[in-house]
Amino acid sequence: MFESLFTAIEGFLLSFLPELVVWLVIKAAQIVAVMLTVIICVAFLTLAERKIIGYMQNRIGPNRVGPRGLLQPFADVIKLLMKEVLVPAKSSRFLYIIAPLLTLVPALATWAVIPLFPGFAIADINAGLLYVLALTSLGVYGVILAGWATNSKYALLGAMRSAAQIVAYEIAMGFALVGVLMASKSLNLGDIVEAQQGGVTSWFWLPLLPLFVVYFISGLAETNRAPFDVAEGESEIVAGFHVEYSGAAFAMFFLGEYANMILISALTAVMFLGGWESVFAGWSFLIGTPLEFLMMPGLFWLAAKTCFFLFCFLWFRATFPRYRYDQIMRLGWKVFIPITIVWIAVEGVMVYLKVGPWSV
Amino acid sequence: MFELIFFGMYAFVLLAAAVGVIASRNPVHSAMFLVLAFVTSAVLWLMLEAEFLGIVLVLVYVGAVMVLFLFVVMMLDINSDTLRQGFLTYAPIGIIVAVVAVAQIWSVVWLRDQGLPAAARIEPAAADFSNTAELGAVLYTEYVYPFELAAFVLLLAIVAAIVLTMRKRPNLKQQDISKQVAVKRADRVRIVKMDAERD
Repeated sequence: MFESLFTAIEGFLLSFLPELVVWLVIKAAQIVAVMLTVIICVAFLTLAERKIIGYMQNRIGPNRVGPRGLLQPFADVIKLLMKEVLVPAKSSRFLYIIAPLLTLVPALATWAVIPLFPGFAIADINAGLLYVLALTSLGVYGVILAGWATNSKYALLGAMRSAAQIVAYEIAMGFALVGVLMASKSLNLGDIVEAQQGGVTSWFWLPLLPLFVVYFISGLAETNRAPFDVAEGESEIVAGFHVEYSGAAFAMFFLGEYANMILISALTAVMFLGGWESVFAGWSFLIGTPLEFLMMPGLFWLAAKTCFFLFCFLWFRATFPRYRYDQIMRLGWKVFIPITIVWIAVEGVMVYLKVGPWSV
Repeated sequence: MFELIFFGMYAFVLLAAAVGVIASRNPVHSAMFLVLAFVTSAVLWLMLEAEFLGIVLVLVYVGAVMVLFLFVVMMLDINSDTLRQGFLTYAPIGIIVAVVAVAQIWSVVWLRDQGLPAAARIEPAAADFSNTAELGAVLYTEYVYPFELAAFVLLLAIVAAIVLTMRKRPNLKQQDISKQVAVKRADRVRIVKMDAERD
């Protein structure tokens, strides 16, 4: 449905514009569309977080602005934008101001390679998986620079914790992706989704179950979310790296954190839960019934799976107490990395002996 | 034409960033300039169709090495004035290194102009050519033993570094996580029954 629309628009533009300009216009339109969607999702994710955690704790959550509190995110955004951005006197001004941007930009730029529906990604590149790894590893700069540029002890402590934590979990994350690469035999995210064709049991979560769990938990740690949110650690170091940020600069950090959450959820869905593949793909008895449309792959399935993981993010925050710092390090270095290495070896044997869904 | 313009832009940014690394007064700013230099050279590699090397440069150097570097630089209290004191004594060595590097680059360019077959201009690869797969195939078949050996040397370096810095300290309290997990309520809490007291 989307493809025919795209070709129609492309044909119309080509009738009076040169090819290069049309290409630029279409890509720019796609980028703006994806970015706006992500930002609006972030807005409602903040509301969903407060509502869901509210219900889990037997409260109602925000319900004053708009029907059932639906306009709350807009009230928050307007409030944050109206506030003054304070820059501490002894801070490193330039780095202090670009730090929030450095957390937000990689989170948005990674969406370029994510396959949104069959045959479509803004940039369908061969080294997609590497690109994802490289960009998600850049996000830490915002946190570190914010912590340093603020010139405050609490902020510096937060930045230190975050740097050590992200470097530790990135290794486990990278190894988990090596497993995905071995199973799909491609670095292209679209090909990875296609390698998982054929219903729930042929998605990679089952043969790569340890890697799936390690990847999602490492993603949780990479985004500095509870129970790994020691970089903020409000009970010990006030608010960590963003202790001095206010107004629009703080809003950027907020946006970056939530955009990262959505990104990690979408990536987990793409790599382990079959991306845009349908949950009901293998159910042949549905053919010919009115429910046949459920078997179609599409953007809806990717969105549904992403929402599931986002719910997990919120659920974990409401459930688990914060890890102690040394326990975080122990989990990352001494538990996750050995698990991933062992499972990659097991997977190598499985590939060699041609057992597992990918041998077909 | 486009390629030349982009190359000029990125090459200029790369050189400016490299100057920034040595010219800025603050070590953290220097480190950030180095990050910029890495990212721009990754872009130059992408333009040479070496996408695997380009992205891995960002992943390894920018994503991991420089983060640890920054980590250390931020913790140290470096006084840039004392660092600058030896500038004149070290300047001749720096100049020699720079001259040798320029001579090497010049010799490569000169060699290419001589029309040697090994230095001939490389044809651009087809669009579906994956240099990740090519690199993997070469590394893990033809050069598998040198590759494993290099990995082993690196592992040895890690182990050596850990051995050198690990020291036993007496009276150090250490926690045994398995013991902590295995603890029962009865080990920690004693419930005492007593009558309510009143003043």
